[in-house]
Amino acid sequence: MALVVVPELPLAAWFEALDEQLHRAAGFFADRPVVANLSTVQEDETTDLAALLDALEERGMKLVAVEGTDAARLSGTRWERLTNLRQRLEDTRETVAGRVLAIPDDPPEPEPVSAPNSLLIDRPVRSGQSIIFEDGDVTVIGPVASGAEVIAGGSIHIYGTLRGRVIAGLKSGAEARIFCSKLSAEMVCIDGVYDTAEQWSETFNGRAVQIQLDQGGLKFSTLD
Amino acid sequence: MSKVMVVTSGKGGVGKTPSSAALGAALAQTGQNVVIVDFDVGLRNLDLVMGAERRVVYDLVNVVQGDAKLAQALIRDKRVDTLSLLPASQTRDKDALTEEGVKKVIDELREKFDWVICDSPAGIEKGAMLAMRYADLAVVVTNPEVSSVRDSDRIIGMLDSKTVRAENGEKFEKHLLLTRYSPARAARGEMLKVEDVLEILAIPLLGIVPESEEVLNASNVGCPVTLHNPVSAPARAYMEAARRLLGEKLDIATPTAERQGFIGRLFGRKAIA
Repeated sequence: MALVVVPELPLAAWFEALDEQLHRAAGFFADRPVVANLSTVQEDETTDLAALLDALEERGMKLVAVEGTDAARLSGTRWERLTNLRQRLEDTRETVAGRVLAIPDDPPEPEPVSAPNSLLIDRPVRSGQSIIFEDGDVTVIGPVASGAEVIAGGSIHIYGTLRGRVIAGLKSGAEARIFCSKLSAEMVCIDGVYDTAEQWSETFNGRAVQIQLDQGGLKFSTLD
Repeated sequence: MSKVMVVTSGKGGVGKTPSSAALGAALAQTGQNVVIVDFDVGLRNLDLVMGAERRVVYDLVNVVQGDAKLAQALIRDKRVDTLSLLPASQTRDKDALTEEGVKKVIDELREKFDWVICDSPAGIEKGAMLAMRYADLAVVVTNPEVSSVRDSDRIIGMLDSKTVRAENGEKFEKHLLLTRYSPARAARGEMLKVEDVLEILAIPLLGIVPESEEVLNASNVGCPVTLHNPVSAPARAYMEAARRLLGEKLDIATPTAERQGFIGRLFGRKAIA
């Protein structure tokens, strides 16, 4: 289906409105044949119709025909080749109004999906490996070996034996916690407060433990 | 379908080279075509353990650098004719090996042999990396002590990230070979238990080789223990490990220190007969 474009005077204002419309519906005119109805603008003898058509083409419109004007007005220009569909000058804005189509806006840009703020590792973290995830929580399904480290912006969850070192709360600070299903860690740290294995009670070792910050110190509590 | 198997550990002195020799010989004894490649350039030992030190002319570095043909460097074992050795160079260092060169040699060996066993040097540097680089599977040799276990864990992490197979997202098979296991020390609680090691490393167990003078004796006379004394406990452990590598399902018995009395031996034998 061809679209009919009806420029209006004053042209500057009309083009401004058109550009605005094109900005919101960029793909609307792509690959669609366009018929320019010049019945309104041709009333002004000084309007440069060829330049007007050039301007439409510059905006990506594929002009296939011109209507509502005298073919003589375009003779000698490159637009002359376009068939003048209607020789009748009375084919005016009013008579085409019934065919005016509302141009739908482009669908709004989808909200950018925020990156997941957790990292899941479902394999053992081996000695010498370092898992660093500053954007949020880290969950490990498997053991964290002696000599391995897990560093997280938020909390750390270890479903396995924790033998290495874990550093939580790089971003979230004191709110972060550390969970493990079996504690055998070398060092644990939340928000810069750390304890080495010698500093916590032996009774926590080998058990499921939660570690959190409490009054400036690390508080260990069993989960099992 | 040939297999490239790296024998590695991270830590030194755990028994990689005797294990490479014993597993290689055991596989060859079952009729498989086996080559053992010594990657410990600069500290070569495999030729001694295999008793081939006086037959070395060309080595791995010569082949990698194109100075010798593969066939010139391979040494055929005198005891098992399906077993060959590609020795390392003692006068060079690990920098003499290149990734492309190693790949070319491994590809060539793949065509000739069923098993290409890469005896890795200790450590996690270039030599060890190149030994594992093109492997299809790994035997991780570990002693039941904390330092060895931690180093093995480090190596397992590297096998899962630095090998070509791992980089292609393919599964990399890893087997644990527990060596120098002393039943007496285990009974006294002076050593990590088998279960503890398995729990930490979380890879399947290929075998448990007991600590034995037989291994040392075999190395000293330059003969893989599986050939030197096939009925000894370590030789049987290696033979069974080799059969497991070939796909057999065999139970793994933990060696015990229980000393049997005369009656016990009698009944024990009766039970077998």
